[in-house]
Amino acid sequence: MKSSRTFPLVLAVAGVLTACSRVTPKTEPAPATPAPAVASAAAPAPAPVPSSAPVAGAPSAGTASTSVGDRLAGATGTVAGRDLATSDPRAVLTEMIFFDYDQSELRAEARATLDAKLAFLQANPSIRIRVAGHTDERGSDEYNIALGMRRAAAAKRYLVDLGIAESRIAVVTFGEERPINTESTEAAWAQNRRDEFEIVAGGTGNGPA
Amino acid sequence: MRGMVRRFDAILMMGLGMAIGSALAAQEPGVRIGLTYTPGSQPGIYLVPVRGADGDSVRRIIARDLEFGHRLTVIAPDSGAVVPTGRFNYPLYARLGAAGVVQLVLQADGSALVTLHDVVAAQAQETRRFALPGPRLSPAWRLAVHGIADVIEEWVTGTRGVAATRVLFVRGGALWRIDSDGANEQPVPGVGAALGPAWHPDGRSIAFARMRDDGTSVVVHELASGEERRVRTGAPLSLSPAFSPDGKWLAFAAGESGTDLYVVPVGAWDEPPLRVTVGRGSTNAQPTFAPDGRRIAFTTSRLGRNEIYLTDADGANPELLTSTALTDAPYRADPAWSPDGRFVAFSTQIDGRFQIATISLRDRAVRQYTTEGINEDPSWAPDGRHLVFTSSRTGTRQLWVLDTESGRVRQLTRGAAARMGAWSPRLLSVP
Repeated sequence: MKSSRTFPLVLAVAGVLTACSRVTPKTEPAPATPAPAVASAAAPAPAPVPSSAPVAGAPSAGTASTSVGDRLAGATGTVAGRDLATSDPRAVLTEMIFFDYDQSELRAEARATLDAKLAFLQANPSIRIRVAGHTDERGSDEYNIALGMRRAAAAKRYLVDLGIAESRIAVVTFGEERPINTESTEAAWAQNRRDEFEIVAGGTGNGPA
Repeated sequence: MRGMVRRFDAILMMGLGMAIGSALAAQEPGVRIGLTYTPGSQPGIYLVPVRGADGDSVRRIIARDLEFGHRLTVIAPDSGAVVPTGRFNYPLYARLGAAGVVQLVLQADGSALVTLHDVVAAQAQETRRFALPGPRLSPAWRLAVHGIADVIEEWVTGTRGVAATRVLFVRGGALWRIDSDGANEQPVPGVGAALGPAWHPDGRSIAFARMRDDGTSVVVHELASGEERRVRTGAPLSLSPAFSPDGKWLAFAAGESGTDLYVVPVGAWDEPPLRVTVGRGSTNAQPTFAPDGRRIAFTTSRLGRNEIYLTDADGANPELLTSTALTDAPYRADPAWSPDGRFVAFSTQIDGRFQIATISLRDRAVRQYTTEGINEDPSWAPDGRHLVFTSSRTGTRQLWVLDTESGRVRQLTRGAAARMGAWSPRLLSVP
């Protein structure tokens, strides 16, 4: 899970892409990039799409309570078939990822979801996020608290390895304590084995400085 | 254990633990504690009806405690017959099958005078006065009555009972407690959100993990004062605290991408904890100490699946404990080291559902105790014989008590869902 991954982004974050994406993981905290200014110029009015579909299943706490304003910088390009220019930054940043039973390895689609977040995190360097790891109800309650943390840490590690400053990503675990779906079915368990993403800072007032 | 009727010597039994058999032959001359009954049986005890306003309550509580202890047979616990007048009619009690008769007199000062009669010897065997703190029927009063039952059990069998104990558990994210007999169910005041509670062996403070939106950390909580200390770890997650049996150390798990076990001296909450395990990104959690404090059993995912490991308390000699393949998809968790040191109880997944099992530390023999529903999170009573666990067998998760010698179970909680039971030490100091 750690090193040597082919960088799957085919995006052009406002001209600074190449500079950003080749940053060696962990060496520098958030390269001081002019991305937001350029980005908002290049992609004016990314027009947050109201009630976007991808977070439909998400509990309201994470996304609704954040005071993310209308000034998130957009990103352009295509990640895993997703056209970032037409994506709501907040929806992308808060889209959940899902895990296999008792695993904290990132699935391919989870990595693609994180790649889309990466673009917006790079475009909005003042944004800080919190990743909350969750598990299904199977397994030991206490062990699941630790497993949830491993899941949150896996997403964090992925983004940090791609150049996002560690200080911008907080991790927290809720184990099996906060399920999305309280049924005891395979489908419910699959929904509950997830990372949720919350914007905790920098969602407002980060427009062109 | 071949003799028919034999005087048990309680002092010897306590001293030698479980190795009773050969010790029985040698008796301290002039010391006689215990009751005459057939070894290996559950001696019958008759509780004489108790006079006074609270007499029925006292008798009912004690009778139930003795039944829950599984070491004595209470004869006709609900019968109000055979109230003695004048001298004890020992042959009558013998005909009822009683090896002992307990007589309890509530005194004007609120105390209780308790006498155990040996039916075969036809004489009073033990007598002691017990204080019963008011107000009557209050939790403290009930605890004292449970203490009487525990001493009666000790008088007869040589082993003190575990009625004067409580079980902490989690209900709806909050911490609750309940008496060992299922009475006095109430939230622990001032605690609120808590997971995975653990008792300090002095019974006066507890530890648990507090899960908040900004993180989960281990908290030590003084029950009487409500004073709390967060254990400093420097990690975004800490959980599953456990005190060492001598009360001097707190072990817990902490970390981020993977957790390791740490220990910290109790009270030295600002000192950097000492690391015990090297998990290299795996989960290592749920420590439980051996009675001598030198070894720790814990859950680890280091093999790619969850198993119970043992380690020295300083981290040396890690070793897989649960190597027996009960199933082709092993998942073991929730270890709990028995107070007598002989077993580790744990949860093991069988056909996708947790069941309660014990593994012997002598020969690694595994014994499975449950089959119905999902059963997990065992916690030993101080007698090393009973344990409390969480079961879904009634449709909601509730706490149940298992007698590991007979396999019998009883339901402890009945309200909203309950889990993560932690059995207290004996809560009354030995008189």
